[in-house]
Amino acid sequence: MLFRKEHFLAMFDEMRLGDRARQPYEAYENWFHSQDPARLNEKSQDAEKVFRRTGITFAVYGEAEAAERLIPFDIVPRILSGKEWRRLVQGIEQRVQALNAFLYDIYHRQEILRAGRIPKEIIACNEAFLPEMIGVRPPGGVYTHIIGVDIVRTAEDEFYVLEDNARTPSGVSYMLENRETMMQLFPELFQKVKVLPVENYPQLLRDSLAAVRPANCDGSPTIAVLTPGSFNSAYFEHAFLADQMGVELVEGQDLRVVDGRVAMRTTQGYKSIDVLYRRVDDDFLDPLTFNPDSVLGVPGIMDVYRAGNIAIANAPGTGIADDKAIYSYMPEIVEFYTGRKAILRNVPTWRCSEPASLSHVLDNLHELVVKEVHGSGGYGMLVGPAASAKEREAFAAKLKARPANYIAQPTLSLSTCPVLTESGLAPRHVDLRPFVLVSDRIRTVPGGLTRVALKEGSLVVNSSQGGGTKDTWVLDD
Amino acid sequence: MLLGRAANGLYWMHRYIERAENMARLVDTGHRLALTQTSAASDEWISVLTSAGAREAFEQEERPHDTASVTDFLLRDLSNPSSVMSSMETARTNARMVRTALTRETWESINEAWMALRRMLMRPVDERDLPAVLDAIKRETALIRGAFHGTMLRNEIFDFAQLGTLIERADNTARILDVKYYVLLPSVAWVGSPLDNHQWQTILRSVSAQRSYRWIYEGYEPTSIADYLILNRRMPRSLAFCYRGICDALEFLAEEYGARHQSHDMAAAKREKLRSASVSDIFEEGLHEFLKDFIRDNGALGDQIAADYRFY
Repeated sequence: MLFRKEHFLAMFDEMRLGDRARQPYEAYENWFHSQDPARLNEKSQDAEKVFRRTGITFAVYGEAEAAERLIPFDIVPRILSGKEWRRLVQGIEQRVQALNAFLYDIYHRQEILRAGRIPKEIIACNEAFLPEMIGVRPPGGVYTHIIGVDIVRTAEDEFYVLEDNARTPSGVSYMLENRETMMQLFPELFQKVKVLPVENYPQLLRDSLAAVRPANCDGSPTIAVLTPGSFNSAYFEHAFLADQMGVELVEGQDLRVVDGRVAMRTTQGYKSIDVLYRRVDDDFLDPLTFNPDSVLGVPGIMDVYRAGNIAIANAPGTGIADDKAIYSYMPEIVEFYTGRKAILRNVPTWRCSEPASLSHVLDNLHELVVKEVHGSGGYGMLVGPAASAKEREAFAAKLKARPANYIAQPTLSLSTCPVLTESGLAPRHVDLRPFVLVSDRIRTVPGGLTRVALKEGSLVVNSSQGGGTKDTWVLDD
Repeated sequence: MLLGRAANGLYWMHRYIERAENMARLVDTGHRLALTQTSAASDEWISVLTSAGAREAFEQEERPHDTASVTDFLLRDLSNPSSVMSSMETARTNARMVRTALTRETWESINEAWMALRRMLMRPVDERDLPAVLDAIKRETALIRGAFHGTMLRNEIFDFAQLGTLIERADNTARILDVKYYVLLPSVAWVGSPLDNHQWQTILRSVSAQRSYRWIYEGYEPTSIADYLILNRRMPRSLAFCYRGICDALEFLAEEYGARHQSHDMAAAKREKLRSASVSDIFEEGLHEFLKDFIRDNGALGDQIAADYRFY
């Protein structure tokens, strides 16, 4: 595969085009320039206080002294026009349809392998593929119910999908709290600029989960959110979503299998659950089936699931669809199941398992991003242009030792969006994670989580690596 | 519907908030006495440590029984699970765990209390700042209670929280009395001595009752003080008051769930005893024995509630 480098070089700013504001930002920019900068800085500090007080924090693994940290919040919104958004939604919805069709296929007839569109080994040798799911039909036929598609932009009309996050995407609570905070800080701004609301997400999530209840559940299903516990980095979000949906927040220690159903221990005895929105990884879900040391899951839940007596969102084994090795085949997957070309582009990807690709990657390490196939959260990756010669050398050794463990991508010139700094507005790179819900239909909330690399020039937006967030506006135009 | 684990979290969250507040009151009492009578100051700090159930832990290390070491141990020391800071950490951890059961106001009040006290107790407290720090602890816990009472629905969540608060409070009051029980025993030699007056003050001050006592009783009679803290049903820190509240909370739960448990009988029996007993009965039984039994039974009630409502 060959890609033209210059394709990615020009940096696209979402707010400004030359000396003018781009159309979606016009109204905002007018408002912004009428504001007293000192007051904006004050508001920015208020925002931090709000987050601290409400306890919207996350834990950073391996940093004991900063056990609870805030994700920095920037008060300049990231704005998309209605038109831009509609196009994204088309692409996203096409993609999640393909993902669900792929998952059904891969755990049933495996047509896509028979057709030779993707190699068999990449499924057979993949840890994310769960043989326990073969032949299982999840309630409602849905595998991935909640998806957070990571999208980056490089030009006016160029959007790329970075990752599909089809297993347990997090961050939706920030989408909601960021909007809440913006509306508290700048109520007058929302009078001036018509922004589509996101706050019905918890209701939509609840509706979606209810819609995939097991067939034998008549009436209103009992729904619960399964969290690994209050020390998990995303605990705030788990509690937040359970609270907003009005459902129970449970841990593995609350659950057990009683009479063929998964039930939670209440003050009045055990009560069965119909739909479980789990925020625990596959491996920890059932110590009888997967990791026997897990205390986060429920012994025997897989048997209940296979018997069709509980819906689990997202379904076990969903990770096979957002694996980084599978990612590189997404254009083929979308075409195979929808019969159409993918609307959203994939970032060109070299699979280091292929000898020709490996040697290309090794030769061009200084301009590539190399990621672990199973890694996440920005850990274990190399950003070639930012790394020193020594770091690249060390990484090359790891690459040669286990090539199949890595993929490589060009360093995209991510779009920028201004953030408020002490010396005024300054451009920083952003990405976008819209959230999609799949059940009897697909629901996409107009907005998402915009992550921003707060360090000047940095391309890594992960919160665990010093990234921040912004409110994401989709205009009602 | 409430998870057993959530009921457990609510119960302990409130026990620890109550404990933090009572600890501040105990330290306040100890400090006041240390200021007014230097000769017996270390004795006073020892009895404060005993009331707090922390003497053994304190004495595991070689350190003086003086204001600086004892207050540091009771306010800041994270190796002491009942210090104010440890209590606030535990209370907040439990609150985080049951966050979905709390109103936003309640959660924010406890989170803010934790942030404020952590800031305040980050470094050893200078004796000059001690009164202000103790006031802040009492104020923060009062704010939590205010937010809780002002915004929470009176349902099972509220009942389990009440049980935690009242069982902890009854335990604390009984311990304070038990440490000082000998002062209340009639002894001709002590009556009217200066030591005596300070001892009364210790007891009443540590339950914030030095003024209200005098609204009701004439002089500082041992029987009156015991009556006030054990049997007076209007005194919010008395054993009788706590057990009235405990029984109310358990009754609400029985109504809501349509089921009674062993804990109902245990609490009712204790309440009945506190209602029918007179101070002279208690003194006849022996005040120390009475309090010892009370502390044991009160603890057993907590365990029984945990078993009856599936805390674990």
